[in-house]
Amino acid sequence: MADGTVRLDGNCLAGPLSEILAVEPTTAWWRCPECTRSGPLAGLHVYGPEPGLTVRCPGCSYIALRLVREGEHIWLTVGGGSGAFRFSTA
Amino acid sequence: MPWRRVRLVERRSQTPSARSLVFAAPGWPGHLPGQHVDVRLTADDGYRAVRSYSLAAPADGESIELGVQTVPGGEVSPYLADDLPLGADVEVRGPLGNWFVWRTEQPAPVLLVAGGSGVVPLAAMIRAHHRTQSRSTFQLLYSVRTPDDVWYRDHLADGDPRHDVRILYTRQGPPAGTRAPGRVGRSDLDGPASRLQPASPVYVCGPTGFVEAVGDLLTDMGRDPATIRTERFG
Amino acid sequence: MNSLSPGFRGRRRSLAERLPPGQYPTESFPVLSAGPTPRVSTEDWTFTVTTERGDTRTWTWEQMTALPQQGIVQDIHCVTRWSKFDTRWRGVPLDAFLEDVATEAGFAVVSSYGGYTSNMPLEDLLDGRAWIVHTYEGYPLSPEHGGPARLLVPHLYLWKSAKWVRGLRLVIEDEPGFWESIGYHDYGDPWREQRTWGD
Repeated sequence: MADGTVRLDGNCLAGPLSEILAVEPTTAWWRCPECTRSGPLAGLHVYGPEPGLTVRCPGCSYIALRLVREGEHIWLTVGGGSGAFRFSTA
Repeated sequence: MPWRRVRLVERRSQTPSARSLVFAAPGWPGHLPGQHVDVRLTADDGYRAVRSYSLAAPADGESIELGVQTVPGGEVSPYLADDLPLGADVEVRGPLGNWFVWRTEQPAPVLLVAGGSGVVPLAAMIRAHHRTQSRSTFQLLYSVRTPDDVWYRDHLADGDPRHDVRILYTRQGPPAGTRAPGRVGRSDLDGPASRLQPASPVYVCGPTGFVEAVGDLLTDMGRDPATIRTERFG
Repeated sequence: MNSLSPGFRGRRRSLAERLPPGQYPTESFPVLSAGPTPRVSTEDWTFTVTTERGDTRTWTWEQMTALPQQGIVQDIHCVTRWSKFDTRWRGVPLDAFLEDVATEAGFAVVSSYGGYTSNMPLEDLLDGRAWIVHTYEGYPLSPEHGGPARLLVPHLYLWKSAKWVRGLRLVIEDEPGFWESIGYHDYGDPWREQRTWGD
């Protein structure tokens, strides 16, 4: 984006995740397996939006999830590893 | 959450670089104060850009109001602020987000802390509260650079005895101001925090650095981090 | 390695000819990141090549800067559709790090401080087509753009040019990196518009 990289928080994931989740996700509770900090998805740090959204623990930057929109697909990893799920949204 | 077409029906200037945009949104299901929408713009060649904007007013039938701050050189905000013609459509999806919301049944006194255009979702909360019979009180600390940067003057001066609005200037205050211009500090938060209950929610919205600084101050003052809800941008 | 008349381009091709499909030219240098910017001092920086057998060779900052340096002028292309012409860098071609390494590997996984990775065929890093760069437009590379040192593989989309580079792992079988594992193209040739998995 022309504004450069913007770091937001998990509140902004409500729209993108609504395409693949049936339940509103920003109140979901998450505990970091690395530093044990816990809290709602809304409080996580989000980097992006391009090339994709990377969602990290505010305490230690551990990756909670990653999300990429590609055409009519949404790619999602839970955690920072590979093995993404590819959802069709069309 | 599907995309729906909405039509721009009104544009008001809040500051030289900030606009209130009112859209007609047929079939709008209503929303909670604090929620946002995603706005999608589509270029002639199919290129699309999506950005999130907070809803600035409580639910009002099939009408929704957004607050847009122009980011110089930005791809979306200058277009929405000044170029999108009245009567033209954009796509939105929403309402979105159940975390950064105030629910009218919440009984405890509330503290709102806004930095710049972070006032938008907090204005929706204070306007929603104004309509209720709730006995809870609302305090708003609103940090802006100068008196020219204040949004929603009419709504913030609503005369509601349950509301206490304090505007804090970071660069330059009004001639009669008693507080020296500067960032929100412990001394600005002590008084408002003392009027809260332990379970009172605090809503903080603004640029990332602002939200983190205020959040740190509040937790240093002993407020339970679980009572602090934040929304950050930029 | 040819250092004769570096940066010479002959008669200027038109800008349109230098713009891969779907790209627009920009004068600015947007910063995209997937996490907090690592702050790595040159005293702490090292670059390690690891072969498929687990053999390693490591260079310190001092050792890296003692290798023969090249000036580089290249167009760069980001998958988010901006291209930037004639960017000027200084650094060391990857050939210098790989010339004494015995390997059967066909692929490389580059890794960064901060955890980022990207994959590419090993041959794309050889023959003067890729560099470890530490200087941009005459100044030390800033942390936002990958300083103290980043990979530069300008013939592939820029996500392959890993910022904050710390190592290269040579592997027999291709392994998708950070973006390649979540929908982006394994190879990423801007001229064939290989942006995503399906392209």
